[in-house]
Parts: sequence; C-alpha cells; structure tokens
Amino acid sequence: MKKVPYRNYISKIFGICIVVFLLFSTSLYSQEETLTQEAEVVESVAEADTSGGDPAKGKQLFNQNCAACHALNRKMTGPALANVETRLAEEEGLDKEWLYAWIKNSAGMISAGDTYAVKIYNEYNQAAMTAFPTLSNQDIDDILAYTAAPPPAPVAAAADAATQVATSETGISNEIVLGALLLIFGLLVMMLFLVNQTLRRIAQANGVLIEKEKAAKRTPIWKAFAQNQFLVLVFSIFLLLSAAYFAYGWFMQIGIDQGYAPIQPIHYSHKIHAGDNKIECKYCHSSARVSKHSGIPSLNVCMNCHKSIYEYSGNPEGPSAEDLANGYTNEFYTAEIKKLYKAVGWDEENQQYTGETQPVEWVRIHNLPDLAYFNHSQHVTVAGIECQTCHGPVEEMEIMYQYSPLTMGWCIDCHRETNVNIADNEYYAEIHEKLSRKYGIEQLTAAQMGGLECGKCHY
Amino acid sequence: MKRLTTTFLLIATLALVNSCADSSRPNYQYMPNMYEPVGYETYQEVGFLPDGSEALTPPDNTISRGWLPYELVNDIEGKELSRAMESPLDSLNSEANLAEGKELYEIYCAICHGNQGKGQGQLVKREKILGVPSYADAARNITVGSTYHVIYYGLNSMGSYAGQLNYEERWQVSEYVMKLKEDLSN
Repeated sequence: MKKVPYRNYISKIFGICIVVFLLFSTSLYSQEETLTQEAEVVESVAEADTSGGDPAKGKQLFNQNCAACHALNRKMTGPALANVETRLAEEEGLDKEWLYAWIKNSAGMISAGDTYAVKIYNEYNQAAMTAFPTLSNQDIDDILAYTAAPPPAPVAAAADAATQVATSETGISNEIVLGALLLIFGLLVMMLFLVNQTLRRIAQANGVLIEKEKAAKRTPIWKAFAQNQFLVLVFSIFLLLSAAYFAYGWFMQIGIDQGYAPIQPIHYSHKIHAGDNKIECKYCHSSARVSKHSGIPSLNVCMNCHKSIYEYSGNPEGPSAEDLANGYTNEFYTAEIKKLYKAVGWDEENQQYTGETQPVEWVRIHNLPDLAYFNHSQHVTVAGIECQTCHGPVEEMEIMYQYSPLTMGWCIDCHRETNVNIADNEYYAEIHEKLSRKYGIEQLTAAQMGGLECGKCHY
Repeated sequence: MKRLTTTFLLIATLALVNSCADSSRPNYQYMPNMYEPVGYETYQEVGFLPDGSEALTPPDNTISRGWLPYELVNDIEGKELSRAMESPLDSLNSEANLAEGKELYEIYCAICHGNQGKGQGQLVKREKILGVPSYADAARNITVGSTYHVIYYGLNSMGSYAGQLNYEERWQVSEYVMKLKEDLSN
C-alpha cells in the first residue's frame, strides 16, 4: 500500500490561509477607528485628486492667502470653508466656475448683482473679500482639494491625550512610592521603639541597673550657666544684639512689596506672550514709550491677536510636566481666553462684538508711594533702559511678580552706577558736554547729571 | 510637660509669622496716608462714574488733546479714497522718519508681518495666526495712504492700532512699510 502523507493537502493550506487571514484581520479590527479615519482621508484625497488638486500645496496656499479670514471648521471674518465646493454644489447649485470667478473678483460679482454673491456679502457684515487675480485655476483647485480633505488632526489630539494620561499616571505612582516610603519609615521607628522596650525589660529581669541616678546628682547645666555671671552677661549681650539685628531687618522690609504676586482675575502668562511668542513688551504696554505710566493694555489690544487666536495650542511638543503639575493644561489656557471674550463682549459664534462689556479688575503690582515721582518714558525712551533691568525676567514669569524692591536706595544705587546713554541722544548732548567738562570726566553717571537731586523725584 | 508647651507655642508663633508673609497680598506700610493717593489713580475703581472706572472714553463729538481727526470712514469707499493720500511728513526728514518707523514697526507690526514684511512674523511661524500677506502682494497693491488707513481702522482680522500709535507715528510706520514693499519688489 502506498503511503499518502498529505491527503488533504489543499484543504489544509486553505485552512491555514483562513487562520492567518482571520488573525490578521482581527489585529486590524482592534485599530478600527484610526485606520478607517485614515482610510477615509486617503479616499477623499483620492477623490480630490480626480478633480486635479493637490491638498498639500493647497494647505500652503490656504495658510498664505485665506487663513487670515477663513478657518476650516469655524466662522471667522468669512465663512467656514470645510467642503465648500460640495456644500455650494449641493445647497446652492453653484459650480466650480462660480468659485473661480468669486475668488478672483468678488467685488465685481457683487456689483454685477449675482444673487448668492450679494447674499453672502450682506450676511458677513459687508466685509469685502480681497480679490485674488494672481491665483490660477490650478491654485484654486489645490485649495479646494485641501478644504475637502484636511489632514487628520484628531489622531494627533488623541496622541496628546495619551501622553497626558501617561504623565498623570507617573504622578500618581510617584505619590504611591512616597506613601510607601513613609509607611516603611513609620514601621522602622515603631520596631526600634519595641526593640528598645524589650531590651530594657530583659535588662530589668536580669537585674542590670541602668545608671540614671548618677546624672541627677550633677548640677544641671542651666544652673551652672546661671551661676557663671560672665557667661550670662556675654550671652545677654549677644541675645540683645541679634534681636536688634532681626528687628531692624523686619522694620526695614515694611512697605516693600518685593515678590508680591497677586492672583489676577484672568491668568495672563507673560511666559507665553513675551517668552514663547516673543511679543515686544511695548506692544501691549505702549504708553511706557510716551508717558509716565507703562499702562495696563486695554482689551482691544488683546483682541488684536485673540480675534484669531481663540484657543491655546501651546508648543508643538505639548505642555511640559511642570505645567501639567500646576494644572496649566491647554484647556486651562483656552478657558482663560474665553474669560477675555466675556469681558470684552466678543461673540465667537457670530464673530462680532455684542457691546456687553465688563471691565477686568486687574490687581496692580508695582505701586510707588504717592510721595515719589517716576516717569516710564524718561527711562524707556530717553535713557533706553531695557524693561528687564527693573522688572526682571518677565519673559520667564508664569505669574507676574514684583522683581525689584523699588526702594529709594535701589533707585539711587542704579543712578550712581549707570552711565548716561549719550549715543544718538540729542536730548542730553548739550548738558552732557558742559557737565563733563566741569567734572573733567568722559562719561557722566545719572547721579552726576542731577539724578540724585531731591526735587527730581519728590515735590 | 512644660517644655512641650513651650516648644508648641514657639512653633505656633513661627507658623503665624510665616503665614503673614503671603506673596499674594501687599506688605504692611508705615504711614498709608503718605503712600495712598488722595486723587484718583489711573484705572481706579470709582463708584459714581460710568462703568465704575476712572478711565473714561471721550464724550461723543469731542476729540482728546493732541488727537487729529481722520476724515475717511471705515468702509470700502473710504479705503479706496485712502489710496490716493500722500504722507504729510517732511520728505527732507525722511531718513529720521524711517528710522523711527522701523523701530515702531518692529514693536507693533513685525510680530505678524515679519521684519521684512513678507508676512512671516513670529506668530505666523508658530502657526498662531495665519494668512498674513506679503506687502509686495500685487493684488493688494498697498499705498502709503491705504497703509495708514488700515493701521487706523484695522482690516478683517487685524485690529486698529490707533490707540498704540499717534498721528505722526502712524505715518512713520506707513512710510517704513512702503520702504519694505519696495525692498521686497526689487
């Protein structure tokens, strides 16, 4: 009889194939969400490709030309543009040609009386759309392809959330480790105590006397101290002097608010604005250039940027562990921006001001007593001093605090040490020449220029 | 027992003294009547004034001292009319004006429009604000007058800078923007 090793060879291969296939497909199944999303994106990209647009190029063009007034999924100055081509085709029956014409010359279409053009123009407060005659039909196709298939953003957000969860998990485990350590420490202390007690008991049982009484016979140390009059005298002098030293120190800090960091009604982070985004100090505190006060910016200055920046997205690498520990998540900052919108009366839905405003009650930090005069423009514009010289590393301050003591001694020290800035400074040219000849020196300090005269600051 | 009480008291006093040093509150003052102003401070809360604030906006149909009114209105027609406006600044002094304009431009405009006026400022690079056009954009074809008009009123997402720059400074910045446009076109 002939041996047949693989009688059902084909059916076996078939079976293995099915097993492999099933295994593979189950692993796919477990990632259904993201994969289908990607698949969709790929599909829509493919769809867009049939119309001849390149979404990657379109994104670049969109960000350059359109993003000032349009976002994909929210109203700005103009309408949201996600899937604008299909939306117009389905709802208004307008084809691509209409879009070409509109983008290249919207004002012309409005004056020509195109129904939908006039309607959309009136709907958006008659804000005229800039004409883009420089965009070719191909460019517009690219942009439309981008609006039809924006890159998958939710994946990144999910990853973000995952890292956030991970970091918060490590925070919990840290606490657990600390707690366990404390517990172990407590147990050790207790064990020591118990061992000590048992040992004593054993010693007592064995009749060993612990020598205690001997010590009691000696004169106690405080009595010995009180009997030595010289020591008492020296000690009391030392005590008085040190008490005077600390009392003086305490009296001298009265009225000085160095380190004062009040809680503000809106958590405004100088670190994000001046540090990360490198906005000039004088952008917001514009009156520091020209007046006595540096000024708290009015809310319209905030809205110069926050009309467009409606949420906090932070750095590309996400919030740092330190920020998360303090609760400074992206959502936290976004909620602070909403507080601004509420105060200034900005209706985000309709992109217009409601007129219902509510002053923000900022807490003033730097406050000179009324008996002293200080002028910002004199220091900022004329002398050209950096803001950081007095206000410290503001660009690193998450919560603003008073960096300098703002005492008279502090002012005078600086006036004595700082040379007057005469380079390109007409303001001081004449007086500097006269005085430097009088004193016989090259460079005058602010003090030699009269920076120590009483009446300059007190009158 | 007595020693325990003393230690406890000492610790309690220390804690009390420490708790007084709260950085979210201002410090004590020797003679507050020398420190606190008698008059109203800038932006102070004042009950009887409208909005409850010391800072007030000028009443209707008045202009504040040192402020020059601007005759063109904030609409499309006004913007077209502004194109023809010429800078009132002395052209003999243009070098100083441009230097001043550059300094102001770098404070107020460069954060979005970029130092070269290409629309690539820090906020654009970090993708906080998008769609800032280059000054050399042919379709916009900006002039010194239209630049002034836009600084005064703002345009679309850009806000008005009339509060931060005065009449002369606005023209200085406008002239500097024209210089940037020229440099970009070359």
